[in-house]
Amino acid sequence: MSVNVLRTTTARRRRTDQLARWALLAGLILALVPLVLVLLFVIIRGAGALDLHFFTTDPTGAFFGNQGGIKSAILGTVEIVALATAITVPVGIGLAIYTCEVGRQSKLAMAVRYFIDVLTGVPSIVFGLFIYTVLVVSGVFGGFAAWKGSIALALLMLPVVARASEISLMLVPDSLREAALALGVPRWRMIMQVVLPTAFTGLLTGILLAVTRAAGETAPLLFTVLGAQGTTFGLGDQMNSLPLQIFNDVRQPNPELVTRAWGAALTLITIIFIINITARLATRRNRIQ
Amino acid sequence: MLSRVTSIIRKARPDTAPAKQADAVFRLSLQILALLIVALIAYFFIQLAIASGPAFAHTGILDFLFKNDWDVAHNIFGAWPLVAGTLITSAIALVIGVPIAVTAALYITELAPPRLREPLAITLDLLAAVPSVVYGLWGVFILIPMLKPAEQWLSQTFAFLPFVGGPVSGPNYFIAGLILAIMIIPIVSAISREVIATVPIQEKEGALALGATRWEMIRLAVLPHSRAGITSASMLGLGRAIGETIAVALVIGSAPTIGDHIFDQGYTLAAVIANEFGEAGPGSLHLSALIAAGLVLFVLTLLVNGIARWVVLRAANRNHATPALQVEP
Repeated sequence: MSVNVLRTTTARRRRTDQLARWALLAGLILALVPLVLVLLFVIIRGAGALDLHFFTTDPTGAFFGNQGGIKSAILGTVEIVALATAITVPVGIGLAIYTCEVGRQSKLAMAVRYFIDVLTGVPSIVFGLFIYTVLVVSGVFGGFAAWKGSIALALLMLPVVARASEISLMLVPDSLREAALALGVPRWRMIMQVVLPTAFTGLLTGILLAVTRAAGETAPLLFTVLGAQGTTFGLGDQMNSLPLQIFNDVRQPNPELVTRAWGAALTLITIIFIINITARLATRRNRIQ
Repeated sequence: MLSRVTSIIRKARPDTAPAKQADAVFRLSLQILALLIVALIAYFFIQLAIASGPAFAHTGILDFLFKNDWDVAHNIFGAWPLVAGTLITSAIALVIGVPIAVTAALYITELAPPRLREPLAITLDLLAAVPSVVYGLWGVFILIPMLKPAEQWLSQTFAFLPFVGGPVSGPNYFIAGLILAIMIIPIVSAISREVIATVPIQEKEGALALGATRWEMIRLAVLPHSRAGITSASMLGLGRAIGETIAVALVIGSAPTIGDHIFDQGYTLAAVIANEFGEAGPGSLHLSALIAAGLVLFVLTLLVNGIARWVVLRAANRNHATPALQVEP
């Protein structure tokens, strides 16, 4: 008696299997369609707006005539996000070192983990409202200012950086720590000179992903930096940024301003995708090694 | 020679006084940092509660939540239309987004050729990197005009269903829900992928060895194992949908009333904050009401994320009885 494995699979079951495979593939395609459609239209509508003038002039605020480009928006995004990163990186990595190396299972470490989890779920607009009530309304060093926007973005980035850092610190093998301690290295130098460099790629990925998230945010900036037309390097001033520029131009009943929004969207997406893909490829290479 | 070695070791020994001190300082500063962050987040919540005090005092918390009248000109702040709008759009997002996200995750982890898995995952994750305001721009100028005929057809053909029939407005709940679905798909899908990856290989291979087809293997080994994780992923997606602001603010229609059907315009908590913030002067009741809306939003997302965590914990604590592998004859 020969056993035929295939015979046990009836035609009906095979049909169901095929059907289910197609359904799952359809799910994947449906998930990818919006990405293609968004990119396609952003490129089609945005590419026409891009020229030297677009990148080298500030928006004039004019409704007709010379409306200007997006120079101040690009520089503003870079400045605000750079400051936010400078604030969030030491704090985020510090918290990760605390929960992973120092506090471990202590009550404070558990509390930090819980609060970081809570922060992850907070809508970005709520960060904006918080900074608005604490720093803008109360008039700490004036009203709306770029650095206040950076703090709102830093709060938003903090859970991303802290969690990614904690995971990459946990991936550092204990044998490395023990080897360093056995050589007589004090704990803090062991962490700074052995653990952190080993986890570097993971830390960098977390930071870059947080940067891409912050660079695209509009809501927290509405209440904190408000917006501006001209380029400024004063972090205490109101400032323009790419998301704010897009948000303002979308609502203008003038096709030329809307075209500027598409151009700004193409610029923003290009920046974000480059950073995002760099970050993912960095961890990927790391994992293979 | 020996004395040199001992001197080196002594220099490096961790329990020398300066090293001990440095370690203590290091530890203490990290503890202070941790305490500060915990305090900051507590302060966050308290500050929002204080700032929304005037609005709650003026309207009453229950009226603020459940009164169907948001009339800024008359200082009447019953946020029910906004709460309802938030719930309606988020529900639409879940109904559309979760099945797509989960099937995409299953395809990538179980069916796609191994070489394509990582590129597909990275590509799908890019959906999450598209800024909210770009989705809004795309929604206003591409999605709304593109879907209008389809919506009109749906509205007419399925008019017998509740909340469907009626005149289709350009920006509406459905469009907002659809954009939210697109925004939560990468999140739900990424977490589902992680959960599905933890299904023990023995169970999958066991199912296949017993003669199960791929789909039966997924249904009998993968899904029972990852049900809690997928539920939790959906809840996290829901939390994201509830708080999403800018894209929704651009495509919801900004009408502070409850629409008659899903193709009618409305408003959400987050969108109202973004759109009306400019008109609300510092110290005004209106501003306080907007901050109160933010607080409600905050509490809603806390609840949803709390439920997500609870589902995972409960599943982890429960004894995982290996699901019986039943293959139809």
